[in-house]
Amino acid sequence: MQFGIFTVGDVTTDPTNGRTPTEAERVKAMVTIALKAEEVGLDVFATGEHHNPPFVPSSPTTMLGFIAARTSRLQLSTATTLITTNDPVKIAEDYAMLQHLADGRVDLMLGRGNTGPVYPWFGQDIRNGIPLAVENYALLRRLWREDVVDWQGKFRTPLQSFTSTPAPLDGIPPFVWHGSIRSPEIAEQAAYYGDGFFANHIFWPKEHTQRMVGLYRQRFAHYGHGDADQAIVGLGGQVFMRRNSQDAVREFRPYFDNAPVYGHGPSLEEFSAQTPLTVGSPQQVIDRTLSFREYVGDYQRQLFLVDHAGLPLKTVLEQLDILGEEVVPVLRREFAVGRPAHVPDAPTHASLLAARDAAADVEVAG
Amino acid sequence: MTRTIAVVTAGLTRPSSTRLLADQLAAAAVKRLDPVESDSVEVVTVEVVTVEVVTVEVVTIEVRDIAHDLVNNLLTGFPAPELKAALDAVAGADGVIAVTPTFNASYNGLFKMFFDVLGDAALVDKPVLIAATGGTVRHSLALEHALRPMFAHLRAVVAPTSVFAAPEDWAGADGGSAGGAGGSLRVRIDRAAAELADLIGSRKPAVAPDPFALTTTFDDLLAG
Repeated sequence: MQFGIFTVGDVTTDPTNGRTPTEAERVKAMVTIALKAEEVGLDVFATGEHHNPPFVPSSPTTMLGFIAARTSRLQLSTATTLITTNDPVKIAEDYAMLQHLADGRVDLMLGRGNTGPVYPWFGQDIRNGIPLAVENYALLRRLWREDVVDWQGKFRTPLQSFTSTPAPLDGIPPFVWHGSIRSPEIAEQAAYYGDGFFANHIFWPKEHTQRMVGLYRQRFAHYGHGDADQAIVGLGGQVFMRRNSQDAVREFRPYFDNAPVYGHGPSLEEFSAQTPLTVGSPQQVIDRTLSFREYVGDYQRQLFLVDHAGLPLKTVLEQLDILGEEVVPVLRREFAVGRPAHVPDAPTHASLLAARDAAADVEVAG
Repeated sequence: MTRTIAVVTAGLTRPSSTRLLADQLAAAAVKRLDPVESDSVEVVTVEVVTVEVVTVEVVTIEVRDIAHDLVNNLLTGFPAPELKAALDAVAGADGVIAVTPTFNASYNGLFKMFFDVLGDAALVDKPVLIAATGGTVRHSLALEHALRPMFAHLRAVVAPTSVFAAPEDWAGADGGSAGGAGGSLRVRIDRAAAELADLIGSRKPAVAPDPFALTTTFDDLLAG
């Protein structure tokens, strides 16, 4: 099972001292956080993609390429890559290039983006969100799998004799997750292709996740990719930890109360009860996280949100220390207990390459 | 067969004349749908083979009790458990009685918030009786220019008679306004409740929409 972090990349004023980081500070802080994730033994770093303030990560492959050069083990991913407003041709090229630079340590999570005004900035319309996600991804798959593509669709100019370059590393496209909060069509899309499904699982009740993952697993089996419990599931999670639970609550409360998205709404206690947010001791985070599989089954990837709402970099790095030293080692051990052997790990470039070579050997032998 | 009526009442005080009106409307609707059960005076014998027994369940939602959850839902995008139970009750009901006090010649904010977070599929083809209370009868058309268009937007089936209760309606021993333009309050309540009951009776039991249900196949999605 993979453990990591995902970041929105928001520039938010620290409510405890009124200080707002510059864009430069925030961009560099995201890099520092990614490097720290590898240092403390996490597996995955995923960055958001946004094209409007107060968010900075508009160019994920630039950032991930920079991080790739300074890491050796960390899996680089996104949360999410906008399959609606990005040209699928550019996604195919950018992420194949990143694959080569990162020696294959790349996957990506596709999402639609829920901010209406962003769509027309890129020549699109939010009312076409689902059709854009479907058409663009169908094209993206072909661009990564066929040398020469002739294509015509509704949302971009036709392609004639087009070859996406560079081709994916070793001819193996990056593994794709489809992220969604509550659109059954996206769970269906992930199931149809046998891709991964990532349930946002932050800021929303667990019932959303349970329904969406249940649908994805059922349809994954329907389309013949394996049994329902062999589908590839990822979950988000939101945590803040201190050794002493009361200290965690006291320190996090001003960030919670003023946070983008949910601030000035429910209390920290209400939100913790109603969503997967866990603020407390490392043991509380371990216990809560282990409970996730009770409603989604054994799953493959757990990403935590640890760096939003204006939390200072120093605090975020302390959170990563706690995750790496006290939480994730226990989660690795405990999640392995009772996990059936036929439940696969999340695909990586190395595992997909090995699987292809094994299949080729069988073909030669046959 | 059980039919359910969800009563949404947005009065702010306790006791509230809005709640009083809501309860009277609900009682009148129950009586119309289920005359055997609700009429304690007259014993009616029915032939079991030809008459289906209808039991009516009334769920009353005091919006005041979930006011904070409504604000939180607007800010976070999802309902807290108590609010979710209320929203599910309305979405799954066979009919709705919606009653608000009149504020600034319209519904009050709490009433609007409840229907703002309910979702635009919950009331499609659902019988709704609209009613309001107010400090003066001159506000009675708020039902027609504020509530009725909102429920039309939600594609509800709104009963033709709406019921407005002003202070003079509560004053008279017979329910007030006897002989007035709209008849007494009691007459208007009975007429509106009968319309609601008949709309409910003419429909199949309601099934709440499931937002997570897959309503298409991927081949259809791919075909555009």
